[in-house]
Amino acid sequence: MWPAVVLVLLLALNVFFTPSFFSIEVKDGHLYGSLIDILRFGAPLILVSLGMTLVIATGGIDLSVGSVVAISGALACLQISQDQGVFAAVALALGLCLVLGAWNGFLVAGVGIQPIIATLILMVAGRGLAQLITDGQIITVNSPAYKVIGGGYWLAVPVGILIVIGVLAITAFLTRRLALGMLIESVGVNAEAARLAGIRARGIIIMAYAFAALCAGVAGLMISSNVSSADGNNAGLWIELDAILAVVIGGTSLAGGRFSLGGTVLGALIIQTLTTTIYSIGVPPETTLLFKALVVTAVCLIQSPTFREKVFRRRTAKPGPAPEEKVRVTTA
Amino acid sequence: MAVPAPVLTMSGIGKQFPGVKALDGVDLRLLPGEVHALMGENGAGKSTLIKVLTGVHPADTGTIELGGAPVAFGSPLEAQQAGISTVYQEVNLCTNLSVAENILLGREPRRRGRIDWKRMRARAAELLARLELSLDVSAPLSTYSLAIQQMVAIARAIDVDARVLILDEPTSSLDADEVEQLFRVMRRLKGEGIAILFVSHFLDQVYEISDRMTILRNGRLVGEYPTRELSQVELVAKMIGQELAALERLHGEARVFDRPLVEARGLGRTGAIEPFSMTIHEGEVVGLAGLLGSGRTEIARLLFGADHASTGEIAVRGTATPLRTPRAAMAQKIAFCSENRKADGLIPDLTVRENIILALQATRGWTRPVPREQQDELVSRYIRALKISPPNPEHLVSNLSGGNQQKVLLARWLILEPRLLILDEPTRGIDVGAKTEIQRLVAELSDGGMAVLFISAELEEVLRLSHKVQVLRDRRLVAELPNDAGLTSDVLMETIASGGRADVSVNGGRPS
Repeated sequence: MWPAVVLVLLLALNVFFTPSFFSIEVKDGHLYGSLIDILRFGAPLILVSLGMTLVIATGGIDLSVGSVVAISGALACLQISQDQGVFAAVALALGLCLVLGAWNGFLVAGVGIQPIIATLILMVAGRGLAQLITDGQIITVNSPAYKVIGGGYWLAVPVGILIVIGVLAITAFLTRRLALGMLIESVGVNAEAARLAGIRARGIIIMAYAFAALCAGVAGLMISSNVSSADGNNAGLWIELDAILAVVIGGTSLAGGRFSLGGTVLGALIIQTLTTTIYSIGVPPETTLLFKALVVTAVCLIQSPTFREKVFRRRTAKPGPAPEEKVRVTTA
Repeated sequence: MAVPAPVLTMSGIGKQFPGVKALDGVDLRLLPGEVHALMGENGAGKSTLIKVLTGVHPADTGTIELGGAPVAFGSPLEAQQAGISTVYQEVNLCTNLSVAENILLGREPRRRGRIDWKRMRARAAELLARLELSLDVSAPLSTYSLAIQQMVAIARAIDVDARVLILDEPTSSLDADEVEQLFRVMRRLKGEGIAILFVSHFLDQVYEISDRMTILRNGRLVGEYPTRELSQVELVAKMIGQELAALERLHGEARVFDRPLVEARGLGRTGAIEPFSMTIHEGEVVGLAGLLGSGRTEIARLLFGADHASTGEIAVRGTATPLRTPRAAMAQKIAFCSENRKADGLIPDLTVRENIILALQATRGWTRPVPREQQDELVSRYIRALKISPPNPEHLVSNLSGGNQQKVLLARWLILEPRLLILDEPTRGIDVGAKTEIQRLVAELSDGGMAVLFISAELEEVLRLSHKVQVLRDRRLVAELPNDAGLTSDVLMETIASGGRADVSVNGGRPS
């Protein structure tokens, strides 16, 4: 509930400064407008955050998604620049991402390395790999077909938004229609209890990391396609932190367990809207990061039950021992 | 004999938890210089009473007087400052710190704002000397045995001029010599005039050390008795109460078990359990009796594939079958309700429904979800059959009481229709009503042909339910006793104590 309130507040703030904020028009058969821009530019973050949600739900974390974004874009652009077919290039890039994600999962579930360390390896090494692929240069491609992924339109709607909707639908189907979600939550809350209930915890964890890397791979394609070039150094830089933030704002506990895909999408949209807002209300550029940090701190505080209790001091009858209530958000 | 004025008096203590009346009108008085045993079954309210006394929970009704003046503690710290110190069952110390640091943590002697290490070591050594211990106080605590760590915890507790010392199951992880050492310390402190409240489920120890005892049952006071005026049999009768006084065997006619279901052949795991052999037949209830830490849970985990065996093999229906994972055991229709339902049983964030279907879903894999109608049907059937309350499948399982959580765990395994159900302490910490229901259920299941391996610390319960009893001692299977009229809890206790009778066949315990 809280993330939605914050998003509405942010949007209202924008309308206050830019009255035409909500207007959406059709130009040359394409949808245009600030809201469309937020969705379009937020698409890569939403994708990365969706993958991150599942990893966090298993009780882990994936710091390497930013590097995977860079690798995916770099490999696809390299292939296309060497006159490979766009389809083959995309398939190869996504295939590599799956392998990298499975490697993360193997380090965590197979070898037993702590997730933050296991994925730190690929976070650092992956940047290097991306630069190796691009040979330290920015690879520019001129392929209309590739451009469609990040910059194209279908039935007036940006393709990026359609991809997000598709991935969201698939994720929701796998986790909520099929039983993957419940098994992931069980593993995240109590891995040993899950194992004793007969769940293949190892397979579930590897799958979650592979999925996160795949999402990051798609996001990487989107980012590089949008600018028709691959930058091994800067593509997806710090996106893992925004993604973790989006998941946390969306109400999924970093301790693992219950997760909310809708909450994550809201969280990612809040972060993207915040960026847009900073530009539209004219916050001086040198204070944008500080402004962003303040808003995020406020969001996190308002979501913490302990904080709300302290500030709003709801007068309720003391009901015996307080039921264990997890503080969902402890970091800002 | 003049009775000295009590140092502590609790009267009419009542405590209500959501859905459970944990304490109802309980009185307790402690005299200076006595060891007072607090007795009762699991779930009788002992820990709640201690928590009320030490300020962890506020009492709903009743008064506490310390040295004649009424007190109300808002936190364990306040209770400690007033002279009530507690040593809990699990040692609450930092094993990576030194002995001296542990004893004086938070009360370090200081000089000009900095810790005066020399004085700290001297003070720690002095406190230990009071307990007749001489340790290297600058060595890390982890270099000492559990018993010594317990002593260090006591030294820490008595540093704050304790008038009342509460020892909550201090002996559960100690061996005989260590218990003797602890008792020496307790007698010494008693001589200094400290009142000691002692909780233990080892009756012999209670009779050895305590002067008087207070007995609780279902959150109510049964009475206060001088230890030497109450026999062990009377004590057990008072703890169990009228309801279960008639300890009838739940099984009617004698049955013949001739179809072996699961056999352990020389099965063992280094450091956990010596190689043992055991045969569980179809429809048979096999009881596992032994003290805490005697290897009961280890046997259960080996039979379920939760741990790997280092020797021996398991045969299911006569065929050797390696059970290397819980999944492999589940494929052979073996189910395991673990002892610690919080640590390795339930998933607290999930609902009752999700917890119940978890194992079924796990066997199907994530790609084939159990259809929602089937889930609802199964779940509501078991909620009704096991009387799970509240009967709402979408309730979070963490909000249920202990007994109902246990039933949820049972339901999870029962919907798999296992051929062998391993129950590790299924009735621990739950109220008597739920306990009886679970016992009845076990009897019914076995009458229906399911084999059950029943593990419980309560010997009476093992005797009520089992067709035969396997006795464990010091991580060895020492005896297999048919549960006939001649088998009583006294005989069982004697077997546990002596390590096997001459006139019974010793099944698995090979000489090591």
